Amino acid sequence: MQPAERDEVEMLSLMLLIRRFEERASQQYQAQKIGGFCHLYIGQEAVVVGAVAATRDDDYLITAYRDHAHALARGTSPDACMAELFGKETGCSKGLGGSMHYFDKARHMYGGHAIVGAHVPLACGLAFACKYRKEDRVTLCFFGDGAINQGAFHEALNLAALYKLPIVFICENNLFAMGTSVKRSTSLKQIVDRAEGYDIPGEIVDGMNFREVRDKLKEVVTSIRKEPHPAFMEVRTYRYRGHSMSDPASYRTKDELEKYRLDDPIIRLRAQLTREGKLTNEQFDNIDKQAKQTANDSVKFAEESPEPPLEKLYDYTYVS
Amino acid sequence: MIMREITYRQALNEAHAEELERDPNVFLMGEEVAEYNGAYKVSQGLLDRFGAERIIDTPISENGFAGLGVGAAMVGLRPIIEFMTFSFSLVAFDQVVNNAPNMLTMSGGQFNIPITFRGPNGPAHQLGATHSHATECLYANIPGLKVCTPATPRDAKGLLKTAVRDNNPVLVLESELLYSSKGMVEPLDVDLTIPLGEAEVKREGSDVTIICYAQTVPLALAAAEKLEDEDISSEIVDLRSIKPLDEEAIYNSIRKTHRVVIVEQDRPFCGVGAEVCYRIQKNIFDQLDAPIARVSQEDVPMPYNEKLEKAVLPNVDKLIGAVKKVCYA
Ligand SMILES: Cc1ncc(C[n+]2csc(CCOP(=O)(O)OP(=O)(O)O)c2C)c(N)n1
Repeated sequence: MQPAERDEVEMLSLMLLIRRFEERASQQYQAQKIGGFCHLYIGQEAVVVGAVAATRDDDYLITAYRDHAHALARGTSPDACMAELFGKETGCSKGLGGSMHYFDKARHMYGGHAIVGAHVPLACGLAFACKYRKEDRVTLCFFGDGAINQGAFHEALNLAALYKLPIVFICENNLFAMGTSVKRSTSLKQIVDRAEGYDIPGEIVDGMNFREVRDKLKEVVTSIRKEPHPAFMEVRTYRYRGHSMSDPASYRTKDELEKYRLDDPIIRLRAQLTREGKLTNEQFDNIDKQAKQTANDSVKFAEESPEPPLEKLYDYTYVS
Repeated sequence: MIMREITYRQALNEAHAEELERDPNVFLMGEEVAEYNGAYKVSQGLLDRFGAERIIDTPISENGFAGLGVGAAMVGLRPIIEFMTFSFSLVAFDQVVNNAPNMLTMSGGQFNIPITFRGPNGPAHQLGATHSHATECLYANIPGLKVCTPATPRDAKGLLKTAVRDNNPVLVLESELLYSSKGMVEPLDVDLTIPLGEAEVKREGSDVTIICYAQTVPLALAAAEKLEDEDISSEIVDLRSIKPLDEEAIYNSIRKTHRVVIVEQDRPFCGVGAEVCYRIQKNIFDQLDAPIARVSQEDVPMPYNEKLEKAVLPNVDKLIGAVKKVCYA
């Protein structure tokens, strides 16, 4: 069964929440409250929010390390997400995972994986389990354009096609893997052609357009629920920030960035809704104010939360 | 109870069948496990009995299907992933050492991974450098993994059944050279399980403790026979599990014999014996009447040539030499 249509204003609010959350995370990183690596999703919000709008809450979702948005989109609380960045016990992975390893079992968010490409086989396993148990869930597997040249990715696509697994491979093509443009990493003219090599149906989607992501994915997911099979989506998007907090992104031009900023997914959906009389400026301002407040509150929550106790250091190595 | 004599291969086959029968979440996946009945025939007949949904052939994609297993385990299935040999598990190293054992910690305790990786491990006969890896020391180094090394049909059956029921990733390192070996095993109506982390004294003795596992167990038993002729009484402690390690069993034997030789099938540098040796000297140094001796492979890639391969591997003569040295005989 497909879920009821998700309210678009609500989805816009979610995109705003993700953006404000990450802006706050960025400040906290600069204030050295957050350690390790921290990769921001700003600019790509329509991809995961469009996907969530097209699927059910019990569908499986798994992604790479640029994962804050994927958890937030699935409903993990901003408090738990910020606390994880602070390494606090109240974090969504109890402060043991960090920015790159968000997990939320209750919301079927299966990570947060930081070895490029290595989670794509895991996604096949999730989908395999659904088919094994004859469930009609679909697995959404997100990864970057950098992952498509990894062996694990290729092996996983072949397995998914061979075993007809109910999975959508969603390549978030933001044109760069760190400083390497797709042109310099990939022999194909377009990434979607990777799918063809495995006889997996694929399409190109405008990732700056929430509605297009949602609608195209909905079609694919409906087809998979009828009869399990893999599908591939090359979602064209852009990250406004550097690869991680330490990257000034000098490998691309200001003009290129500006071009995408004008095509911002939040501005676009807002304009669509406003034009259709579904959203006033005042409503938008309120939503944004709320998002900022929630993000600020999450920082406070994270700051006030306790560290994981040292006595529990050995508690998560084995289970009984 | 009437014990039966069966092969190591048959014992593993029974363990699979019983666990597949017991728990619908268990499935077997690997190269040639289904239609071919297993590269070493361990899964003989399982496809016919349990069907293609549970006995699953894969393409030659170790990284891919090992990862698929880990993902399936995240949502509660209990995969048995067969590596045609653990030498090929190196192609899936990332899944075995990065994904399977780290998930529990990284998720703050949300995801345990109840998976079994199994297959033959260690040098066989003239397979050359790429196909002769003894991987136990590599995997035992990783927190979150459990590693066992059955040497007899009974241990193979009991340890594999326990591994499948364990809620953590467990590696069952079998041995190609042992598949056809025979031994006594409980009848089919006994639900045989052997705990991980429990060594077994395979032969009692009083002069020297020989610590061994997997392929070096029959070797140690053979050496003990010969040593008996020279009035040296050896106690054979089969570790059975490398991790968790049964330290008490080791110390109990040493308290009796005060002399130790470790005979291992892996390489000397950072090998299993190095860790065992360290623990012994740290914990019961006072009990030792002689320095601990180790017999292992030579520290070289495995040569194909039969004579040279023999020179690299531990053998009965090398072990006897080491025993005599620690006994000052
Ligand atoms: C196996 C592996 N090699 C290298 C890295 C270092 N690394 C981290 S992210 C990254 C770029 C990946 O880019 P992409 O897949 O396009 O994702 P994006 O950052 O655009 O979201 C690299 C090379 C890694 N984490 N894992």
